[in-house]
Amino acid sequence: MTDMELLNWARGPALEWATIIFVVGVLVRFLEMSLLGRKPDLSEARASAAGGGWRTVWRRSIPAPGLVKQAPVVIYAGYAFHIGLLIALLFFAPHILLFKDVFGLSWPALPFFVVDAATVIAIVALLVLLVHRLVNPVRRFLSSWVDYLVWAVTFLPLLTGYLAYHRMILPYTEMLAYHMLSVALLLVVFPFTKLMHTFTIFVSRWYNGAVSGRKGVQL
Amino acid sequence: MSALNMERGVKAMMEQIDAPIASYFNSCVHCGLCADACLFYTETGDPKYTPIHKVEPLRRVWKQEYTFWGKLMSTLGLSRRVTDADLDAWQELVYDSCTMCGRCSAVCPVGNDIAYMVRKVREGFAVSGHATEGLAEAAIRTVNIGSPMGIKAETLKKMVASEAKASGIEIELDKPGVEYLLMLSSAEIMQFHEFIGAVAKVMDHAGATWTISTEAFEATNTGIQIGSSDIARQLVQRVVDVAEKLGVKTVISPECGHAYIAIRWDGPNLIGRPYGFQVKHIVEVLDEFRAQGRLHFDDSKEDMKLTFHDPCQMVRRGGVVEQPRRLLDLCADNFTEMPDSGVWNWCCGGGGGVSTNERAEPLRLKVFSRKKSQLDSIGVKAMVTTCSNCRNMLEEGLEEYGMDMEVLSLTELLAEHLDDSKASKGAEA
Repeated sequence: MTDMELLNWARGPALEWATIIFVVGVLVRFLEMSLLGRKPDLSEARASAAGGGWRTVWRRSIPAPGLVKQAPVVIYAGYAFHIGLLIALLFFAPHILLFKDVFGLSWPALPFFVVDAATVIAIVALLVLLVHRLVNPVRRFLSSWVDYLVWAVTFLPLLTGYLAYHRMILPYTEMLAYHMLSVALLLVVFPFTKLMHTFTIFVSRWYNGAVSGRKGVQL
Repeated sequence: MSALNMERGVKAMMEQIDAPIASYFNSCVHCGLCADACLFYTETGDPKYTPIHKVEPLRRVWKQEYTFWGKLMSTLGLSRRVTDADLDAWQELVYDSCTMCGRCSAVCPVGNDIAYMVRKVREGFAVSGHATEGLAEAAIRTVNIGSPMGIKAETLKKMVASEAKASGIEIELDKPGVEYLLMLSSAEIMQFHEFIGAVAKVMDHAGATWTISTEAFEATNTGIQIGSSDIARQLVQRVVDVAEKLGVKTVISPECGHAYIAIRWDGPNLIGRPYGFQVKHIVEVLDEFRAQGRLHFDDSKEDMKLTFHDPCQMVRRGGVVEQPRRLLDLCADNFTEMPDSGVWNWCCGGGGGVSTNERAEPLRLKVFSRKKSQLDSIGVKAMVTTCSNCRNMLEEGLEEYGMDMEVLSLTELLAEHLDDSKASKGAEA
C-alpha cells in the first residue's frame, strides 16, 4: 500500500466508519441516560432550578476558591490543554475546510503560528498531566488502564497533526494518514469512555446547579 | 451476609440510579479535585478518601445494569458483579469518611453532585445489611421509640416544664391552631435544652403562637443518614400528620442541619406530595421576625470576638446562608468570618451520621484539624452555630485539640440579648 492509498483509506472508509461508531455510540449513551429519567422535585422551591442549572454550567469553569493553590498542576495544565486543543481543532484552516465540507458551516481561521503555539501548549500540558497522573498519589490511585488509553488517543491526533504540518519524522502524506487514523481511533474510543464528558459535562453541571438553585444556593 | 440480601442491595442501588447519576458517572475524568475538597483527604493524605472513589460500588452497578457496553461485558462474564466483600470493604468509605457535606459537589469541575451519589449508594448498603452498627441501632430506636437517642414523650415533657419554669414563659404542648410547630433534635432535649427556653423567649417576645407536639417532636431523621428512604419516609410522615392535625402554618426545623434537609427538601419527595404547610429553619423564622421589626435588642451587644460555623446541610446544601449573619449583626459587635465561610465552609466532621458511628470517632477527631486551622487563622473566643450536632462535634474537637473556645447556639445568643421591655407581645405583624 502506498502512502497515498493509506491516506485515502484513512480519510475514506476508516474515518467514515469511526464517525458512524462515534455518532451512534454517543446517541446510545444519551439514550441510556435519558431513559433513566428523574423524579420531579415536590419540595417548595426557594429560587429557580433552571437559573441555578445554567449558572453552574458556566460558573463551574472557574475553579473553586482555594483550589488553584491546592491543585495547581491539574488546574493550569487542565486549562492549557483544553484551550490549546479547542484552538487546534476549531481554528486550523484545513480543519475549518473539513467542517465546511461536512456541516456547510465555516468561520475565520486563526493564523498558523497561533494554532501552532496552541498545539504545542496542548501537547506539553498533556505530558504534564500524564506525569502528574503517574506520580500524584490521588491521581494514580484513581487511574485505571482506561485513563491511560484515553490519554493516548487524545495525545496522538495532536502529535501527528503537529508532525505532519511541520513535515517531521515521516513524509507528509504518510504522517497525515496516521493523523487521520489517530482521529478515527479517538472517535471509536469516545463513546465508551470518559471522553463522553465533552458532552455530558453540561448535563452534569446543569443537574447539580439545578438542585442548588432550587434551594437558593449560588454555586 | 446472605446472597438474597446482596440481591436486594443491588436492586436498591438500581432503583436509585437516575439520569443525573448516569450523567455524573459518564462525566468523571478522574481529575481527583474532589479529594482536595474533602477534609477526610486533606487531613489524612490518604487517596482512598477521594470522594468519587467512595461511590465505586454504585458506578459498577450503573455500568453493568444501565450501559450497553457494561451489559455486554457482564453477559460475556467479563466483568465482576458487586459482592458482599466489596460492600464490606467500602463501608468505612461510605459511612465513616463521608459526612455528605457536599463540598466535593461544589468543587467538581465537571459538575458531579457526589454527595447526592453517596446518599444514593447508602440505600444499597442499608438494605443489604452493610450500614454501620451505630446507625442501624439509632434507626431502630427512632422507628420504635421515636428518637435516635431513645427519648420518650415523658422526658420531653419534663424538659419542657423545666425550661418553661426557668424562662418564666408558659409552653403549651400539642396546641392546635397555632402558627408554628417547633421540632427538636434529641441533643436539644438532653444536652442543649436551654434552646427550648430560648425559643420560648423569642416567640413570646415576637408575639408568635407556637407549640411542641408530644406525638412527633424528633426532628432528626436517621433514615436520611443511614440511607433508607423507607425509614426516612416514616419519620417525615409522623411530622406531616401531626402538623396537619394541629393545623399549623409553619413547621420549624430546629438547630440541626440534616433535620432541615430531611423535612424541608427531601420530605415532600419521600411522602410523594407537597405539604399543606411551610417548613423553615429556626434561623429563617428569626430572620423573618427581624425583617418584620418584631425583635428588639438591649444595648448589651456581645463584644467577645466570635465567628460563625456554617452547618453544611443548612447552608451549602440547604440555602440558608445570609440569615445567620444578619442576626449576628444585631447581637454581636465583634463578628469575624472564618476563611472559606458560607457555602465554602468545611464540615465539623460529624455530619451525615458520622457522629452516631463510634468506630469513626478517631478519624473524625483527626480531620477536625481542618476546623482548627480555620479557627487558628482568625483567633476568636467563641464560635456560634445553628446545628446541635455541629455543636457537639465542635466541642469534642476543641477539647481534643486543647483549644479554649466557647460554642454557642445562635438562637440562645439572640434570646439573651432581647430587650423584654420592648416585646411586641401579641402584636402579631
